[in-house]
Amino acid sequence: MGKRVLVTGLGTFWGGRVAQTLEQNPDVDVIIGLDTGEPTVALERTEYVRTDESYSILSRIVRATQVDTIIHTFLVVDSSQTSNRRMHETNVIGTMNLFAAASQPESKVCNVVVKSSTLVYGSTFADPVWFGEDSRRPAIPRHPVERSLLEVEGYVRDYAQDNPDVSVCLLRFSNVLGEDIVTPITRALQLPLVPSIFGFDPRVQFVHETDVIRAIMFVLEHDLDGTFNVAGDGLLPWSEVAALCHKRLAPLPPVGRGLAGAVLSRLGVDLPPELIDLLTYGRGVDNRRLTGAGFDYRYTSAGAVRAFAEGARLRSTFGDQRAYRYERDVEQFFRHSPAVVRDRP
Amino acid sequence: MPPMAAEGSPGGRRRPRLVSVPVDPDRVGSDVQGADAPGTGSPTTGPDAAQDSRGQGPAVIDCDRLSDVDEWGRSQHMRDILARLYDPIYERWFRVEWEGFDKIPREGGALMVANHAGAIPADAPSIMHGIERELGRPVYGLADQMFKKVPLVNLAWSRLGGVQAHPDNAYRLLREQQQLVMDFPEGSNGPGKTYGERYQLRRFGRGGFVQIAMRAGVPIVPLAIVGSEETMPILAKLPAVAKLLGLPYAPITANMALLGPLGALVSFPAKLRIRVLDPVQLDVLPDQPRYSRSRIMDTSEAIRHAIQHELYDMLRHRRSVWFG
Repeated sequence: MGKRVLVTGLGTFWGGRVAQTLEQNPDVDVIIGLDTGEPTVALERTEYVRTDESYSILSRIVRATQVDTIIHTFLVVDSSQTSNRRMHETNVIGTMNLFAAASQPESKVCNVVVKSSTLVYGSTFADPVWFGEDSRRPAIPRHPVERSLLEVEGYVRDYAQDNPDVSVCLLRFSNVLGEDIVTPITRALQLPLVPSIFGFDPRVQFVHETDVIRAIMFVLEHDLDGTFNVAGDGLLPWSEVAALCHKRLAPLPPVGRGLAGAVLSRLGVDLPPELIDLLTYGRGVDNRRLTGAGFDYRYTSAGAVRAFAEGARLRSTFGDQRAYRYERDVEQFFRHSPAVVRDRP
Repeated sequence: MPPMAAEGSPGGRRRPRLVSVPVDPDRVGSDVQGADAPGTGSPTTGPDAAQDSRGQGPAVIDCDRLSDVDEWGRSQHMRDILARLYDPIYERWFRVEWEGFDKIPREGGALMVANHAGAIPADAPSIMHGIERELGRPVYGLADQMFKKVPLVNLAWSRLGGVQAHPDNAYRLLREQQQLVMDFPEGSNGPGKTYGERYQLRRFGRGGFVQIAMRAGVPIVPLAIVGSEETMPILAKLPAVAKLLGLPYAPITANMALLGPLGALVSFPAKLRIRVLDPVQLDVLPDQPRYSRSRIMDTSEAIRHAIQHELYDMLRHRRSVWFG
């Protein structure tokens, strides 16, 4: 019998991509996607369920569908797009409900993958150049998004401890770049002038969006357990990242940089405080635990930047052509109507 | 209530679509080509991406770098520019002289520790420049994290080979990359001494440098340096100003007294003499989670004594502060 997979955050970039990839896998029988909004990518056989942000119907879904695998991608890591309260609902309360549902006695869940972020390490002057999975962060978390992700990780650890027979995999993704994804960093790199902090040129690390999906599939396939950093090889100075994107830097004053960021955010340039920290002190994470488990990265950090720059150039010529609109009735028809011949040779 | 949640048909009925099945072109777009020939041409980010997550995949996609800044922030290019500027200072101003230079390993990792002095210490750049010039291998200098907070200073320091003194950084440099690493175990207490306390070594921290060398399995090379105390002697300290600016010390130096504001930056041309002591081999197994605290403190104390002893010896033979 194949896998029955629940994907949270189907409407997000990651949820959609993960579901698309799972659809290609003949070993996966059922894919159920949850989200507050509609899917943003075309899906063949994924069943979409609309839910509220904190997943109150989750335990019913887990019981009714008998899923054995949960991929939890519905975590807000971009604080510029949601209010802190909503982010808390989605991340912390959503994760709490998810694990509550997964740990009920009727649950068949034996495999959980959670997509976290290297934001949990923070970015301060006291950091080591490379964070390992077990490194302690030197400073207490200051930003809501960091605190909320750390709380999420707390729930993940608790669940893993309470359910030793379930393989729980926590993936911490570095800054993601690629042709399609939109994050505060990609928005910053597409401004006419790229923001930086005067007198600082930190080294930053990236992971390509393809490698993110591949990493999720890899840990599923190999039933990996534990925490893993996911980040491309190598660190680059921020000035070089901008140069690779053919952009000039616009330095912000180092004193009062948080204020400058807040003012710019008001003016429509998204510079969340955690990004300001990153542009001041940078962050590197050691990716060798995952490569040691047999994973091969397709992109280095610099390669991911190049792919992003090329994608941005293409978009500037063609515009965004990937617009997709979910039509509930059409999708329902193709999935459930007896008129559709499904077992085509 | 959406019907499909309850309807969930029991598995296998619906055959999942394989990659080779023709796909409606208007639905998937460019992903189709990627699925046919994974890895040729520009990789698409579609669902085909996960097909080969192990081995036999295409080559890793990298990008030609525009700078030579390494993971530690050091740039050989910047270092070379500085070397051209600093060499005359090293040769003519401080007239640096080495004794026992051959004891510095030409390859493999080693942790060099030295005494540290002068309000803006002249010893660190001189040691790093001297070794890089003679051996042609990089030297990474471990520095207090406060360097990382100051705009421009952090940048200059890291491009020129400075690394934040974090045990993880030191371990990676020494154990995994077998580099030469320079450390001043006195920390900022060394340069923060007043002139009256010159050449009196401060506590060597908590012996962290010994622990790192043990874990990394590298020898410790002690250096004794004479002259740096006189390059920028501290006459008095202003603790209130230091506290206000968040600095470890705010000195009034003899240079300031003599040269005015210029003295804040210009060192006196004291003769620098650097003596390399015999490398200390720590015969313990590397990579242990813990080492005996007494062993660490004994070794740390022994090295401190050796350097202090050597300093006395060098001072005994020094006839002039300026000519050595």
